[in-house]
Amino acid sequence: MNYNWDWNVFFKSTGIGKEIYLDWFISGLGWTIAVALAGWIIALALGSVLGVMRTLPNKWAARIATTYVELFRNVPLLVQLFIWYFLVPDLLPERAQIWFKQDLSPATSAYLSVVVCLGLFTAARVCEQVRTGIQALPKGQNYAAMAMGFQQAQVYRYVLLPQAFRIIIPPLTSEFLNIFKNSSVASLIGLMELLAQTKQTAEFSANLFEAFTLATVIYFVLNMSLMKFMGWVETRLRVPGMMGGAK
Amino acid sequence: MIRFMNVHKWFKDLHVLNDVSLNVTAGEVVVVCGPSGSGKSTLIRTVNQLESINSGEIWVDGKNVVDPKTDLNALRAEVGFVFQHFNLYPHLSVLDNITLSPLMVKKMERAAAEKLALQLLERVGLAHKKDAFPAQLSGGQQQRVAIARGLAMQPQVMLFDEPTSALDPEMIGEVLRVMKDLAESGMTMMVVTHEMGFAREVADRVVFVDHGQIIEEAQPEEFFMNPQHDRAKQFLRQLLTPMQ
Repeated sequence: MNYNWDWNVFFKSTGIGKEIYLDWFISGLGWTIAVALAGWIIALALGSVLGVMRTLPNKWAARIATTYVELFRNVPLLVQLFIWYFLVPDLLPERAQIWFKQDLSPATSAYLSVVVCLGLFTAARVCEQVRTGIQALPKGQNYAAMAMGFQQAQVYRYVLLPQAFRIIIPPLTSEFLNIFKNSSVASLIGLMELLAQTKQTAEFSANLFEAFTLATVIYFVLNMSLMKFMGWVETRLRVPGMMGGAK
Repeated sequence: MIRFMNVHKWFKDLHVLNDVSLNVTAGEVVVVCGPSGSGKSTLIRTVNQLESINSGEIWVDGKNVVDPKTDLNALRAEVGFVFQHFNLYPHLSVLDNITLSPLMVKKMERAAAEKLALQLLERVGLAHKKDAFPAQLSGGQQQRVAIARGLAMQPQVMLFDEPTSALDPEMIGEVLRVMKDLAESGMTMMVVTHEMGFAREVADRVVFVDHGQIIEEAQPEEFFMNPQHDRAKQFLRQLLTPMQ
């Protein structure tokens, strides 16, 4: 391959204001993190509620949660994003439409769409993990808590969920990483997150290889750090005496 | 204290409890025994409605537990239950296992709940294990913690569902001693067990269950020396001399 690598490109001016290309990457990374974290908060909260619903004796609660999961797991993420960004705003009441399309900056409206989209999409997956975590617990835990006079909510809050969440930290970690990676779909609705900034750098500077190499490294380092962080969380929450726990 | 009146329960076609009537008075210790699958565990679980029933009435401390108007959670708080597999909460320390329900259900102050828990741990001989986690304890120790946990709600009644069946032989004694102690303190107890030594020494009455029916009800001496029913005779023979 006959390619002239030029790593200095990141420190060159973009020709727009005083910005260098590295600034674009930093700003892109900022958006990527902002999208993923906000989406994750929605996913974790909603997914936990849905996961609990799927384990409740109430048939209707379980059915609603199951339907949700089927719906959000079986439609491609990108299709969901386009629906949230292009279709859903048109279904809003007129005043909300004007607010979304005119009052908000394009970046903000794209941001809201992608956060909602990723949050709801990932919630379906979190739901399944929370459900399996709860179902993996011995039935006796539920009985013991009930026998003590706990309300159902207390059974979940104090007995089932603290154990279920510990069990599912590893799969939950990969979902957490997924939402960072999936956030790159935002580039398709014009949000200038990391991938969009990469493409823009490539086009402006013609240093395609350098741009994508840097993006790859950033995604990799970011996800590795998150993985290490979650590993640390898992160790911190480990119960003494249990599998792999310190005595 | 506990009164079963013509209780019936079906699991689909299986008649698990067939017209059970039984009365346990305050301070009494009743041992329930019978072959496996006879319905004795189901029977004891109906008292605090971990198992529902199809017909009949069960009264505990003056309240009908099958009446939908009865506050089941309040009632369960008055009934201690000890399980075969201990069912301690593995993510909580021994102390937290015991204080959880007093704190959450009775809304007790933390200091008071911890003081009570320590007294109970003292009583079951495990005060030094208050900061341990369940997985760090032996089976016998776990079951003693479970008993302390049940007592922490200051119950009117304690129910034991095969409390020693999951234990190694050398740990059975420590649990039975705690239970005997409890019986001597005047606690009303209903105990599903095959520990005939315990039944003989501690029980006021032995109830023999087979195919969901109470077929024999007698004082321990009477039951062991002179069982009336053939099924009970056969059961005792097998329990005492299993190889023959």
